[in-house]
Amino acid sequence: MQLTNRSKEVSNKQMTLAEKMYLPAIAQGLAITIKHFFGKKVTVPYPEVKRYLGPVFRGHHILKRDEEGRERCTACGLCAVACPAEAISMVAAERKKGEENLYREEKYAAVYEINMLRCIFCGLCEEACPKQAVYLRHDKLVPIFTERDQVIYGKDELVEKMNDRYIRTNPDAQATPTEPSFSRSAT
Amino acid sequence: MNLTELIIKGILILVLFGVTLLIAMYSTWAERKVAGFIQIRFGPNRAGPGGILQPLADAGKMFFKEDFIPSQANKWLFILGPCLAILTALMSSAVIPFGESIKYDDLVIPVQGIEINIGILYVFGVVSLGVYGLMVGGWASNNKFSLLGAIRAASQNISYEIGFGLSIIAILMMTGSLSIRAIVEQQHGFAWNLFNQPLGFIIFLTCAFAECNRTPFDLPECETELVGGYHTEYSSMKLGFYLFAEYINMFVSSAIISSLYFGGYNYPGMDWVRETLTGSLGAATGHNLATLIGTLVLFGKIFFFIFFFMWVRWTLPRFRYDQLMNLGWKTFIPLSILNVVVTGFGLLFDIKYATWAIVVVMVILALVSSARAPKPAVQPQRT
Repeated sequence: MQLTNRSKEVSNKQMTLAEKMYLPAIAQGLAITIKHFFGKKVTVPYPEVKRYLGPVFRGHHILKRDEEGRERCTACGLCAVACPAEAISMVAAERKKGEENLYREEKYAAVYEINMLRCIFCGLCEEACPKQAVYLRHDKLVPIFTERDQVIYGKDELVEKMNDRYIRTNPDAQATPTEPSFSRSAT
Repeated sequence: MNLTELIIKGILILVLFGVTLLIAMYSTWAERKVAGFIQIRFGPNRAGPGGILQPLADAGKMFFKEDFIPSQANKWLFILGPCLAILTALMSSAVIPFGESIKYDDLVIPVQGIEINIGILYVFGVVSLGVYGLMVGGWASNNKFSLLGAIRAASQNISYEIGFGLSIIAILMMTGSLSIRAIVEQQHGFAWNLFNQPLGFIIFLTCAFAECNRTPFDLPECETELVGGYHTEYSSMKLGFYLFAEYINMFVSSAIISSLYFGGYNYPGMDWVRETLTGSLGAATGHNLATLIGTLVLFGKIFFFIFFFMWVRWTLPRFRYDQLMNLGWKTFIPLSILNVVVTGFGLLFDIKYATWAIVVVMVILALVSSARAPKPAVQPQRT
């Protein structure tokens, strides 16, 4: 199988005097490296410049609200079951009268916690969810934590803010944004 | 020698010493930067703007590492090794003329550690002492890889010293002096030795690479074969001294290459600059300023050669040991002897650019040989 057409056959033929002098070959090599020296660098200096990671990147978890601002989660526990790292735990509660504008279903999660030390960001919770409630954002990473009590994320950090709604870009090929320039940070 | 002269000389020597250390320190940073840029990366850029504080961080790391001496090692020789390496590296810059002279009152003080009339011999003597640092260190480690590295270092340095020495004999014949200052002064303006000694320059440059144990001749520390070579057992600042000595050697050999072949502090139009400055600023100030410009020019050349050392290091792969020895003994020594002979003929019959004849003949031979070589048969493209 031929993978590229750049392969060269190796031979052990006698070198000519010009090749034995090394100097022409050395000059060629030096020309190549100096071209690289002044060329554009491929490194992305990470904390300053963040690359766009695509619409399928799995980052920070989010509990979605519906278009009227009601929490979608119904505390069925399928995400907790699907989670291979057992990072998710929740306490269900029944919706009271007058709370219809807060919770979409009759049952909701009173407590919803994700242990970020356990989470492996596999995205199985997102796949398991029948209500399209839990998502892994493609545009935000879980921030670095330095203390143990910062590790467990409750509903206050997970539920979507109404002034900062999360919309995943349409993953269809046409709509997928192409590789942005390195200077543009992730959106 | 009166007190003023002594003080000025003392300050000068301290400054030159400090500059040597500073340049060696920043060579480590520059090396990593150049390596990065050549490999399309940025190199260190976290410590300070552009990674400018990286050498300090490295030095701090080196000092705080455990200073380990193997129990079977010969303790005093183990300590002596890096000391010798750095001592000899620092000693050799004493005779290099870094500039013309400083005028103060009626004193004229050359910008140079010490002017001795056998300058280049002194450099060679000290450089060959440098092998002892590697030998002693490698032997005292009581480790076969260190010993092999040390043996390689010794045999490589001794082999290349011959080519090194023979290649400058042509220059000594042309100038008639061993003093580096005299050699530099003869290249006044743009009459650099490079134009008279192209072949000698190439041999000298390559031998300087070998003497500094730099790639493509860094066989003594060849990781793939010898773990770390002669400094396998070294850690902490002892290792730091070995690495530092290598960079000081690089600076010194760059300085010597630029003094011997690239005119040292001479540059085209230096007379005009001197006349203009002395005319407008007075004899002493103008002269000192002109000297300063010459020194800066010399440092520009030195930096170019340090860069060239790094450039070659990140371009060429390492030679095999037999290739190294073949190159040294079977190519450089005959070629440099030929160079000496042809230079002698040139001096005898007063032909200035006689050694270009060797270069021309070699180029013609190379062209003929590559023209006569059988053309590789066209391979049909496999599908």
